[in-house]
Amino acid sequence: MADLTLNGIRVEDTFAEAFDMAGTALVLTAETPDWAMIAATTMTGFATSVIGCGAEAGIDAVLAPEETPDGRPGVRVLLFGFDAGGLKAQLLKRVGQCVLTSPGSAAYAGIAWDDPHRGKAITLGGAIRMFGDGFAVAKRYGGRRFWRTPVMDGEFLCEHSVPTIEGAVGGGNLLFLGRAFADTLTVAEIAVAAARAVPDVILPFPGGIVRSGSKVGARTKGMMASTNDAYCPTLKGRAGSALPPEVNVVLEIVIDGLSAAAISRSMRAALHAATAAGGSLGLVAVTAGNYGGNLGRHHFHLRDLLDGAAA
Amino acid sequence: MSVLTLRHAPPERLDLSGITPDRLAGLSEAEAARLPVGTSRLGLVLGDCFTLALDGGEELRLAGGSDRLDRVGADLAGGTITVEGDVGQRLGAGMRAGTIRVAGSAGPFAGAGAKGGLITIAGDAGASAGGAVHGAMGGLDGATLVIGGRAGDRLGDRMRGGLIVAERAGDLAGARMVAGTLVAGTIGDHPGYGMRRGTILVERHGALLPTFVETGTQDLVFLRLLAKALDALALDPRFAALARAPLARRAGDLATLGKGELFTPLG
Repeated sequence: MADLTLNGIRVEDTFAEAFDMAGTALVLTAETPDWAMIAATTMTGFATSVIGCGAEAGIDAVLAPEETPDGRPGVRVLLFGFDAGGLKAQLLKRVGQCVLTSPGSAAYAGIAWDDPHRGKAITLGGAIRMFGDGFAVAKRYGGRRFWRTPVMDGEFLCEHSVPTIEGAVGGGNLLFLGRAFADTLTVAEIAVAAARAVPDVILPFPGGIVRSGSKVGARTKGMMASTNDAYCPTLKGRAGSALPPEVNVVLEIVIDGLSAAAISRSMRAALHAATAAGGSLGLVAVTAGNYGGNLGRHHFHLRDLLDGAAA
Repeated sequence: MSVLTLRHAPPERLDLSGITPDRLAGLSEAEAARLPVGTSRLGLVLGDCFTLALDGGEELRLAGGSDRLDRVGADLAGGTITVEGDVGQRLGAGMRAGTIRVAGSAGPFAGAGAKGGLITIAGDAGASAGGAVHGAMGGLDGATLVIGGRAGDRLGDRMRGGLIVAERAGDLAGARMVAGTLVAGTIGDHPGYGMRRGTILVERHGALLPTFVETGTQDLVFLRLLAKALDALALDPRFAALARAPLARRAGDLATLGKGELFTPLG
């Protein structure tokens, strides 16, 4: 371990290794903020890891009525997949099963059509309309096309297609090595709040935190991933453990973003917030997970995140 | 701004379809004056009827007007045309982008087949504004047409897309609509005759067809998008307020596809 420090907390001189992903964003609206949030949380459920869930998804921001296309309360959600095909399949399933079904909901593209990094569009409303059994109609206002599908509370309004974004990245991460579970969880929660305050990112794991970090492969044949034994405190003392004696708990945050820059800003914010609070909460060190740098194209070096105020 | 000043009442109907800012941009005044605009054997050219002052810019002003000035701004692809008086038929026909503003009134078929851009007529419009010309498959096809006065019969006849806003209109508004949105203050009898899809939103109307059925009152989200689109046009705010008001909805024309609708204020 190197001897970087931030706010008196040791920071390992290592990097988080992240990967290119296919990503998009949606704006979900409803009659009330609560129902917009219900649609958003339902749609982004079971989306912690693309390996097991098919997608990684989460809530990016709560939107005021003046920020949404229809002037109602809204929520912006981000959705990431391995590739455009996988993303499209997940988008259609999740909107079809979780947003279409939610009372009063509507769905719009969450990436601006004039965004310079806009990628190919995924047909969304143009596919969901088939649920209308021939009764759906399209409308075009402000240069955008929407489908109105009759449902039992009136209509489900959904934008015909939604753009993907070029340059989406998944897998930014930080690991917090602490002395006690409760204190380290508080540190991680503080880090999550800071990380989520940065636009264009999500933290897809429960509460933004993952306690079961993984490594590639397993001793069991056929398993793609298994527990990150080097950071399991009950395995301290064995060859391969990365934990010093005083560490009794490790919690990780994982960050997906619409750009590498957004992830970098989010990690910086989390790192600064966690170390600022960590001194009184028994935080021993902060590190990051990687696979040796050979799998992911994006390397977020913690050394580069030490400078500057939290985003 | 380039200016074409009408010197006298045209001796015949003139076809101004080629007189757009982009077409004039590369021409000298002498070259532009030789552009053909006549529709008879007289072979009239632009300079026979107008005094030209060109600057090559994207704005063109027609000083003066006449109901014999046909196809003003037809196929316009950008820029702005302002007419200080009346125009004839097929104003902005087939235009794709840009803005046309007419201070006076327009003849029939204004905005026929227009795919994009904005047409504003401060005065009245003739029959079939935003409608299909004879033999054409569709009328307005994505553009926005605003009529400050009274539109004639068959406003938006067979329109395929876009938005029409009119203060008043005659009978058969929205007849045979394929798609799009028509908003008006008062319209005449039998709106939406034969409409397949599309939306008609009016304050008052004449006799309704029996093939429109009441579907009650629903708070449909698309009306909020329509209200925003009307806000963006900076029109009389009562049109946007109409889209936000509690509305009664009728579906029709059930004699055809029946996926169209007519909204009117409740009560």
